[in-house]
Amino acid sequence: MDWLGPEEWQAVALSLKVALWATLASLPFGILAAYALARWSFPGKPLLNGLVHLPLIMPPVVTGYLLLLAFGTRGWLGGALQEVGIVFAFRWTGAALAAAVMAFPLMVRAIRLSLDAVDPKLEQAAATLGASRIWVFVTVTLPLILPGVLAGAVLAFAKAMGEFGATITFVSNIPGQTQTVPSAIYAFLQVPGGETSALRLVAIAIVIAMAALLASEWISVRVARRVSGA
Amino acid sequence: MSLSVRLRHAFDAFSVDAAFEAPRGVTILFGRSGSGKSTIVNAVAGLLTPDHGRIELDGEILLNTETGLNPPPHRRRIGYIFQDARLFPHLTVRRNLLYGRWFAPRAARHEDMDRIVEMLGLGRLLGRRPGHLSGGERQRVAIGRALLAAPRLILADEPLASLDEPRKAEILPYFERLRDEISVPILYVSHSGSEVARLATTVVALEDGRVSRQGTAAEVLGDPMVMPLGVRNAGAVLEVTVAAHHPDGLSELDAAGIPLLLPRVPYPVSARIRIRIPAQDVILARERPVGLSALNVIPATVESIREGGGPGAIVSLSTGAGRVLARITKRSAEMLDLSEGGAVFAIVKTLSIAPEDIGGER
Repeated sequence: MDWLGPEEWQAVALSLKVALWATLASLPFGILAAYALARWSFPGKPLLNGLVHLPLIMPPVVTGYLLLLAFGTRGWLGGALQEVGIVFAFRWTGAALAAAVMAFPLMVRAIRLSLDAVDPKLEQAAATLGASRIWVFVTVTLPLILPGVLAGAVLAFAKAMGEFGATITFVSNIPGQTQTVPSAIYAFLQVPGGETSALRLVAIAIVIAMAALLASEWISVRVARRVSGA
Repeated sequence: MSLSVRLRHAFDAFSVDAAFEAPRGVTILFGRSGSGKSTIVNAVAGLLTPDHGRIELDGEILLNTETGLNPPPHRRRIGYIFQDARLFPHLTVRRNLLYGRWFAPRAARHEDMDRIVEMLGLGRLLGRRPGHLSGGERQRVAIGRALLAAPRLILADEPLASLDEPRKAEILPYFERLRDEISVPILYVSHSGSEVARLATTVVALEDGRVSRQGTAAEVLGDPMVMPLGVRNAGAVLEVTVAAHHPDGLSELDAAGIPLLLPRVPYPVSARIRIRIPAQDVILARERPVGLSALNVIPATVESIREGGGPGAIVSLSTGAGRVLARITKRSAEMLDLSEGGAVFAIVKTLSIAPEDIGGER
């Protein structure tokens, strides 16, 4: 990768790391939230639904600022987490958190759609055969929603790769620490002669997004074939 | 082995208030759709919690709304054969069959996979996925899956209702084998007189959520006062012995000394079988008719005549072979001057007995 300068390469590697962690770490929560919204009825359900979808409609800057208030070193959560050695403020972990929060609604929506397509009657049948709720989920529900989970994960990954507003507000734009590809493009465009670097990063962003999309198509077609039993 | 059910449950426009005991063998919950049959089996399975109720299986309480005892479905060990099979689409037939076995207590796994596969003819299907099976094949896999989960009771909710006639004829014999070869009691929901006639050890007739009659198939189907499906579908059941198979394609049956001729039945000589005689296909005559094409003429005594709101009447007949119901018009009853205790002859066309109305041990 000679044609990428060290600074650009750093941004690409960091973006991949941040997006990967953001996706993997939020996936269990995404499945849980989707399951709760699709299958359970509880008093705070509209509230949870709103909370999950809020980052999709709020200005990213607002999300980033709220994250800073909560998870900053003097934030009410950030302070407590710092005690146990977890720091988000101005670290790549903070960039991952911001990306995860911003990508969460997309992930939950994709998983929830596939959950709605699973007939609860199949889950009932599994229960009558002796499977407890957790086993029903692991052996019937999860395999059947796998295409949706993968689609949600890829969508979240792509969104996390491109996250800008909340990230830059929450953890700033520190090369090597929080400067992801979009932040780097922004930074290059602020200095004279930075256009070439910016354009190279733009090309890379397009390639990664395209590759993710194709991979997800390929995986979900294969999984869907397996799962549908045809 | 017995199941005792007592429950009350109110829906918006309809309520169920039923109590019955199911001894070993096949107990059929018999009634038209909306009579509360599915509510009852779902309560037994634990898929529905009734407003009030107590369900006991073999001395173990499965539900007691007074004490709040209501274990979840997976702790009940009750096999459920659904109308729509509900096979897991992502698993092969083999893994569908073995699904419940995994959760069953080791000591209870007495059903042998090979035996079930052989009994239900599943050998060639094991590697396939449900998407590639016909409706009848799916239902056979569903039966095997429920059996292999080592259940203490099997529930079958209209397992044949979504199949066409040839598939029904394919599956019904498997339930007969189940009844005769498996010791687990079966609670079977049906709105088909044929299924009741062929399968039932005990029948619980349901009308509008209430039990209107409980007894053997012959008792319930022969009761002119209990017609959960209406007079059009009434028909009594006779228990008969296969006497001989004739070369002209007919089988001779012995109904307690009275010979009956039917199209060839698929049972060996001396087998005990049940036949259902549709009430609409029975003709009555005051004198033994001569020069008649119908082959079966049964001497009978009129027990009762039940007139409905329409032009018809159901005549209940006592014969040497058992009770027979005949559906005739009120006008005919008047013309023949029928009265209780009067002697008549019941005439049944050989070909009016459909194959699905004939069943027994093979």
